[in-house]
Amino acid sequence: MFDAAILILDSTVRLSTPLLLVCLAGLYSERAGVIDIGLEGKLLAGAFAAAAAAAVFGSPWIGLAAAVGVSIALALLHGLACITFRGNQIVSGVAINFLAAGLTALLGQAWFSQGGRTPALGPEQRFGELSLPLAQTLADVPVLGGIWSELISGHSILVYLAFAMAPITWWTLGRTRFGLRLRAVGENPAAVDTAGISVARMRYLAVACCGALCGAAGAYLSTAQSAGFIKDMSAGKGFIALAALIFAKWRPIPAMFACLLFGFLDAAAIRLQGVSLPVIGSAPVELIQALPYLLTVVLLAGFIGAARPPRAGGVPYVKER
Amino acid sequence: MLRRTLLAATAALAAVAAQAAELKPAVVYDLGGKFDKSFNEAAYSGAERFRKETGVAYRDFEIQNDAQREQALRRFARSGYNPIVAIGFSQAAAVEKVAKEFPDANFAIVDMVVDLPNVRSILFKEHEGSYLVGILAAMASKTGKVGFVGGMDIPLIRKFACGYRGGVKAANPDAVVFENMTGTTGAAWNDPVRGGELAKAQMAQGADVIYHAAGGTGLGVIQAAADAGKLAIGVDSNQNGIAPGHVLTSMLKRVDVAVYDAFKDVQDGKWTTGFEVLGLAEGGVGYALDENNKDLITPEMKAAADEAAAKIIAGEIVVHDYMSDNACPY
Repeated sequence: MFDAAILILDSTVRLSTPLLLVCLAGLYSERAGVIDIGLEGKLLAGAFAAAAAAAVFGSPWIGLAAAVGVSIALALLHGLACITFRGNQIVSGVAINFLAAGLTALLGQAWFSQGGRTPALGPEQRFGELSLPLAQTLADVPVLGGIWSELISGHSILVYLAFAMAPITWWTLGRTRFGLRLRAVGENPAAVDTAGISVARMRYLAVACCGALCGAAGAYLSTAQSAGFIKDMSAGKGFIALAALIFAKWRPIPAMFACLLFGFLDAAAIRLQGVSLPVIGSAPVELIQALPYLLTVVLLAGFIGAARPPRAGGVPYVKER
Repeated sequence: MLRRTLLAATAALAAVAAQAAELKPAVVYDLGGKFDKSFNEAAYSGAERFRKETGVAYRDFEIQNDAQREQALRRFARSGYNPIVAIGFSQAAAVEKVAKEFPDANFAIVDMVVDLPNVRSILFKEHEGSYLVGILAAMASKTGKVGFVGGMDIPLIRKFACGYRGGVKAANPDAVVFENMTGTTGAAWNDPVRGGELAKAQMAQGADVIYHAAGGTGLGVIQAAADAGKLAIGVDSNQNGIAPGHVLTSMLKRVDVAVYDAFKDVQDGKWTTGFEVLGLAEGGVGYALDENNKDLITPEMKAAADEAAAKIIAGEIVVHDYMSDNACPY
């Protein structure tokens, strides 16, 4: 029983990681007032760039750099459309999703001729599992040993990065000048402008942060969690992360727990498939899979406190003259 | 005058050329593309084999989106290509439409039935091949527990699962088979992360051999099994080389044979239409044995699988076809 619980939690950590990175990415962008529907597209493009670069250059780190680069480029494109040209942020985000879905398959086919797939990556081209100190020695200790050696140790470095990013984001947004300004351009850009700070510059910085984190998430998907890129492999994770962001009311630490919850539901749905439970019989897997969306809708409907988005979200800033 | 002679000569030449190149076969792949390491690539290798053996060139087309299916088929039909082989069940509607427009052209479709007088519908007995890999899985398993990961939850995939289950139970009646489907939408074919997690869940329950019939999702299954030092079984094409030493075998679906036969039958004037069901007896399904997995398949395992294959061909073993009654008796 305890072992089973540890295994589900272990799987939860693995499944939550891409959600968490993408969710925090969305948080930077949206707290600065730029709505980002294009998280899914940036995740997918990042996954493709990471796998393609890792396959060609043979190093996951070059893959990660390529993923971050490509994803930032897409984020800046989104920024160009909705910060500089004041376009509709939703439309631009949707366009980025389509662009990424089409371009990754097209380039993948043109470069590798494997039906839009990248070649399968070998162990040296992927992020391996890190074994934390004492993991082996403690493995036999009851309870604590299981938690340390199974749950905490033995993940890829990107997993630790993702979970470190939550407190870092909290500190950055809440305790630094950069964070204060970033939140301010999302709430009241006119006030920031009056203080002599460029709203456009702040927003560009925010979407660049968003791109970097999406790229890391994509690299995790294709070079840590699996071994290579496959067409449409992001499978809606960008949208679940967006739901988690709303569920967490645009705050970093709750975002981490929301992603863990959604990851846990996913892990439970996978483990419970085909298992018959006492009383209810066969596990309602579809219901469990739909829960993240149901919870988000319930929250938006105002049942679990009000979800208040950044006030200037979705509104391009026009300087009054 | 000179000009007219020239024209006539050209026309005559063209006519001669047309006669010489009377056989113009063509193939239209499904969305995965020609080099998908699986289903479509099998069709490609069949067409290539025909070209090498007969020296007759063929045309092929890789569609980039659904709308192109019909255009590609129609263009081939209009330019006199014959036969035109469409790969994949999703081409059915397009084949039906175009075959009606060109009643003199010959069409073939793989994995689906189109009931028209000029269409050959080629189906496979996947359950027979799955039965064989089931036997191998049960014999290779040390824990007595094996797994199956399907792609989209459709009767065709249940057919794979049911045949596999039958084979496992035949080799080891006490064996436990874990059976999971990735999803209920088309996305279930391209979700290696979920495939990997399903495989890990099955391995956590004790499974040490996992068979996938899940397209791109299956690559995650193979990867997860290889990472954990367990065994996976590939599907459609020979996937033994994806993780050498960790892919026990692959259930082969000989789409290449279907394509080759279609081309060859037209060339030899033996073209037939209607249903064609390729099973073990016709060499349409089987399991892969090559240098990547020769150390994994012991002589006893090979003997057991070959014996079962012989019995299936002789009709002594009848593997249940899930799609005949939507139920699995094993």
